[in-house]
Amino acid sequence: MTTDTADSVEAAAIAPAADAGFLQRHGQVIEYILIPGAALAGALVVFGGFVALFGKNPLDLYFYMYYGAFGTWFSWQNTLTRAAPLILTALCTALPAQLGMVIIGGEGALLIGALAATSAALALPSAPPLVVQCAMVLAGITGGGLWIMLAGGLRQFRGVNETISSLLLVYIALAILNHLVEGPMRDPLSLNKPSTREIGAANMIGTIPGMDVHWGLVFGLVAAVASYVLIYHTTFGFAARVAGGNIRAARIVGLSVGRLILTVCFLAGGAAGLAGMIEVAAVQGRTNANLAAGYGFTGILVAFLARQNPLAVIPVAILLGGISASGGLLQRRLGLPDASVLVLQGIIFVFVLASDALYGRIGFLKGKV
Amino acid sequence: MDFGRISRRHLLQGGAALTLGTAFGARTALAADTTIGFIYVGSRDDYGYNQAHAQGAAALKKLPGLKVVEEEKVPETDAVEKTIESMINLDGASLLFPTSFGYYNPHMVKMANKYPKLHFEHCGGLWTDKDPKNAGSYFGYIDEAQYISGIIAGYSTKSGKLGFVAAKPIPQVLRNINAFTLGARLANPKATTQVIFTGDWSMPVKEAEATNSLIDQGVDVLTCHVDGPKTMVENAARRGAMVCGYHVNQSPLAPKAYLTGAEWNWEALYPKFVKMIAAGETIPNFYRGGLKDEIVKVSPYGEAVSEEARKHADDVKSKFMSTDYAIFKGPISDNKGKIVIAGGTDRGQKDPELEKMDYLVDGVIGATS
Repeated sequence: MTTDTADSVEAAAIAPAADAGFLQRHGQVIEYILIPGAALAGALVVFGGFVALFGKNPLDLYFYMYYGAFGTWFSWQNTLTRAAPLILTALCTALPAQLGMVIIGGEGALLIGALAATSAALALPSAPPLVVQCAMVLAGITGGGLWIMLAGGLRQFRGVNETISSLLLVYIALAILNHLVEGPMRDPLSLNKPSTREIGAANMIGTIPGMDVHWGLVFGLVAAVASYVLIYHTTFGFAARVAGGNIRAARIVGLSVGRLILTVCFLAGGAAGLAGMIEVAAVQGRTNANLAAGYGFTGILVAFLARQNPLAVIPVAILLGGISASGGLLQRRLGLPDASVLVLQGIIFVFVLASDALYGRIGFLKGKV
Repeated sequence: MDFGRISRRHLLQGGAALTLGTAFGARTALAADTTIGFIYVGSRDDYGYNQAHAQGAAALKKLPGLKVVEEEKVPETDAVEKTIESMINLDGASLLFPTSFGYYNPHMVKMANKYPKLHFEHCGGLWTDKDPKNAGSYFGYIDEAQYISGIIAGYSTKSGKLGFVAAKPIPQVLRNINAFTLGARLANPKATTQVIFTGDWSMPVKEAEATNSLIDQGVDVLTCHVDGPKTMVENAARRGAMVCGYHVNQSPLAPKAYLTGAEWNWEALYPKFVKMIAAGETIPNFYRGGLKDEIVKVSPYGEAVSEEARKHADDVKSKFMSTDYAIFKGPISDNKGKIVIAGGTDRGQKDPELEKMDYLVDGVIGATS
């Protein structure tokens, strides 16, 4: 198995070197496509071997993965529906990463955003749906934004490690959610499944016309593109990247690092909070413990696989959405346990992280990975 | 688990055949190649809630002409909607069993509205008049089996202290705790049940801590109401305490310590449902029953159960089987001294008041909030 992997990585990596002129002109872009692509291919080969150990045909595996994720129009809709929240929660990790911060608390921001959005809707019982929806979006972004800003503030003013604090804030968010849902905000009719009251069918945001995918996908795409423009095409984004590259240098040239940290954390949390709002307004119709479905944690994986690039988050989220969409088919047709999808995600993660070492070093590949 | 290799062409034909099938709307009887989809929220080998349903699915697999497809660890989000649709679109399922409580609203209801020709059966007893007619929700009065367990526990305890590891203080759980305690007090009027709520359905670490803490306080017989009783059963047995199981028969995990248990009897109910559909009968949308209706059962008694206990338990069991025996006979006071069921009032199993239970009866040590 390992030789196969090495071969595929090697083959993929050697290809551009054969055309040095082309490589020089588009070197970076090619690397960004080729290296993750090769890592993905390597991961699939290893996973195929893993599945073969269980006596299943790896070719069947690849076929069903393709079929369940992208093989039919239904499969595509399935994939895109699962990708939608991941784009937003991935931004919660990808944006602070520009500043050199590792935020892994998107799940908490999602829950708080969902709670805030639900509260906004319940506070406006007789407003027209558009007003309610706008209020929910604002509340979701603000709720989630403030939540991650808390982690940013702790880092800026108290020197608390933002990775740890944002992770711990997830559990606090979950406790707050459970407390409110089982206590003050509980719908007395939700006997065996404590939930808030419903936001009302009229206030749901529905699906994109012509497809069975909710509007969350569009929100995600817009947020990802906007983040990309912000980071790579504005002075604010430039300042953020400077601070991320060398925080002392940034201070010396007079950048307000504290403000950058807080703003970026707010935007990051806002994205995850928006994901929470969408889960309420497009899927659940109310807040309950079902919202803690792990989108925030999968988002971390997406962000790292996308190498923290907001634009790359989109295809990676679709890829992981596809993996989870096809996971069901793998269980049903091949009798693989659910955990096999996690195994695949883990293998991809390791390959992509390991392939990081290859950037700018094509030609020194042999024996690596 | 392995349904063999299905040819690619067959897969594509399946989709087309399904479209035709639904167009002609033939939901009356089961065709020879009926596919039934089962969806579980956790692992199907959890020695608990999900395994109970998987045993029901396994009973269906033994019937000729049926194909069963299963998917585990499907969260209570739009993921379950997509899993249902995937089973319909890619596997041709025409009868679906989304088995987790939280799958019902809004997810299964939405799918039942979208596919009015197909049949949906949910576990939880949630169907109301507003819901689609092709959807059903069944549940069992498992408190009857808990009551029997309580009797056995009451005879088996030496300290008079029983322990209950519970997920959440919701009506279904409280009813089990109360029935268990009332049963125990038939055997030993001084018995008490110490309850610990873990806060969620699957919290193995907290379940283990609760088990240890109960045993440290002198409890010598334990039972539980969480999704996977495995943790409690194994830990209690290791500490030398005795256990009453829940959901399925856990005696293989602790052959010496296992007294009896309250089990679901889905392997009797599901074939019954399928036969009803095949015969053109309608399954009542709201379907409930207890020991008499073979929806729940009591595990075979372990070797540690005394002759006296067996006799008393069998006696009460036969009353459940032959009459409308009421567990909740007034006067019953809660553990704060308030009368919750007045003297002379019998709350039979079908009494809707019991569905709203929000108290712990006298003899239970613990609080609902």
